[in-house]
Amino acid sequence: MEEPLTRSLLYLNGVTVSFDGFKALNSLSLAIEAGEMRAIIGPNGAGKTTMMDVITGKTRPDTGDVLFDANDLTRLDETEIALLGIGRKFQKPTVFDSHTVDDNILLALKGDRRARTTLWARSNGEERSRIDAILEIIRLAMVRDRLAGSLSHGQKQWLEIGMLLAQDPKLLLVDEPVAGMTDTETFQTAELLREINREHTVVVVEHDMAFVRDLGVKVTCLHEGSVLAEGTIDQVSQNDRVVEVYLGR
Amino acid sequence: MSQHLLIRSLDRGAIAFVVLVAAIAVAVPLANLAMPPSSPFHVPTYLVSLWGKYVCYALLALSIDLIWGYCGILSLGHGAFFALGGYAMGMYLMRQIGTRGVYADPVLPDFMVFLNWPELPVYWYGFQHFPYALLMVVLVPGALAFEFGWFAFRSRVTGVYLSIITQAMTFALMLGFFRNNFGFGGNNGLTDFKDILGFNVQADATRVALFATSCIALLVAFLICRAVITSKFGKILVAIRDAEARTRFLGYRVESYKLVVFTLSACMAGVAGALYVPQVGIINPSEFSPANSIEAVIWVAVGGRGTLTGAVLGAVLVNYGKTVFTSGALAPYWLFLLGGLFVAVTLLLPRGIIGTLRYWAASRRESAAQPGPAAPQPAE
Repeated sequence: MEEPLTRSLLYLNGVTVSFDGFKALNSLSLAIEAGEMRAIIGPNGAGKTTMMDVITGKTRPDTGDVLFDANDLTRLDETEIALLGIGRKFQKPTVFDSHTVDDNILLALKGDRRARTTLWARSNGEERSRIDAILEIIRLAMVRDRLAGSLSHGQKQWLEIGMLLAQDPKLLLVDEPVAGMTDTETFQTAELLREINREHTVVVVEHDMAFVRDLGVKVTCLHEGSVLAEGTIDQVSQNDRVVEVYLGR
Repeated sequence: MSQHLLIRSLDRGAIAFVVLVAAIAVAVPLANLAMPPSSPFHVPTYLVSLWGKYVCYALLALSIDLIWGYCGILSLGHGAFFALGGYAMGMYLMRQIGTRGVYADPVLPDFMVFLNWPELPVYWYGFQHFPYALLMVVLVPGALAFEFGWFAFRSRVTGVYLSIITQAMTFALMLGFFRNNFGFGGNNGLTDFKDILGFNVQADATRVALFATSCIALLVAFLICRAVITSKFGKILVAIRDAEARTRFLGYRVESYKLVVFTLSACMAGVAGALYVPQVGIINPSEFSPANSIEAVIWVAVGGRGTLTGAVLGAVLVNYGKTVFTSGALAPYWLFLLGGLFVAVTLLLPRGIIGTLRYWAASRRESAAQPGPAAPQPAE
């Protein structure tokens, strides 16, 4: 057995992805420690979503290493990566519209995912109490029997975060969790993410600077597919190059 | 939640459906055999066979609804699995003719003698045995669906692309079965059947038994479908239909789920075809024609996809309409009518008949309980 290259939970090194010659990621390197919460910021087209796609197996990098818990993610597909313990929340809230809130969480719950076992699966008390606990955390217990399609935008965002919790992954990738939320909802979401961070490693991609400041965690700024600056929100926002990129000089 | 899987899977509508089909399975044979022809309750044998045909179509529609309504897989080639099941049954029936054929060959069916074939092709072996033929009725469509799905779902072929290659599949099979050297009777197909399990296929009692068997097959398939869709597996199918990528990122192997349900559905379609052939007395390559598969999809759309009972209702209604229209002065216009029906249902009744009824019932309940938006319809 080789010595692990890194002690980080997630480690990206020299990752490049190009679409028709356009480099969405350009030799991106990034390390996330276990238990950390990291905010990723950057202007449109900086490569934030492509980075998520690479980590979750949706996009294969042209070159570079992507390691998670000593597994080479570039060789695995979405399902295998999800089973290793990486959960992802999409930019546009994606829940199962014609299932109830309850069933959405049930399907996300950690457990045997094989077709032959789900055919005979029965719901048990342990699952029920897990679902109850998660619905409490995401504040959707009141609407548990409603169809997910009938929820408000903010509730759908939370439901999706709840599904991530149910999955109980080691690493949560959260893409723009507060897009389209009211100020109160944004504040509550920051609170929710901090609570989740107590037991999980979290990577948050967000545009909303006030929200990122609220989170109070280490920030990485991406630009044109590579890391521009890294540090506290104050350090990053005072960085000349970051200012240049955001304000266009 | 300690109830049996089967009991858990039945709601009020499903129970009503089971009771209704069971009643028909008993009443129609009685009305044919026990009533004298002069009685107003007598059902003539030709009607029994006609209705039996509808029941087979209903079973085909059910199999399409299982994959389309609940997993979003729109197969426009399900007629192929139906026809393959039909051919397997037809081969058994051909072998039963024996020396009563025109050429009186004890082994070779007439068309093989006519084509100067020296001996029976290997793939016809065993079809003189009913259990073997029955096995093939399920196995051949199932195996084709498994192989097809294995490649299609792994390569993530979805949506309209999948629909197109299912069309190509059934078209290719049709061209193949049209060829004499394929060994299935070319464009004449298989016909002139005499016996099934030793009973004359033309006899009233046999026709009635076939009708009752078709009803039972429909019931069994319905119960299987209910058990599947009410299980956790079924919830995952719906999840795949609504948000495939989300399901994948949750760690479900989407292609396995699709493969299982697609294969199951093809097996059901095969059984439908096998019951259809002895009742209509012929199977030929036109059963593979792409238009047939599309027609079956229209039945499901009319009745309401994602409802199971709607698929059955749609199949019976549209085929009844077809019988009425194609036997009168309106016959030349039937295809226009069918096309118009599809357009009308898509525009005016996108949930289908049963789907719309359920939607009304749900919104009435919703508005009685609490104000709020009603159930969204199944996604495309």
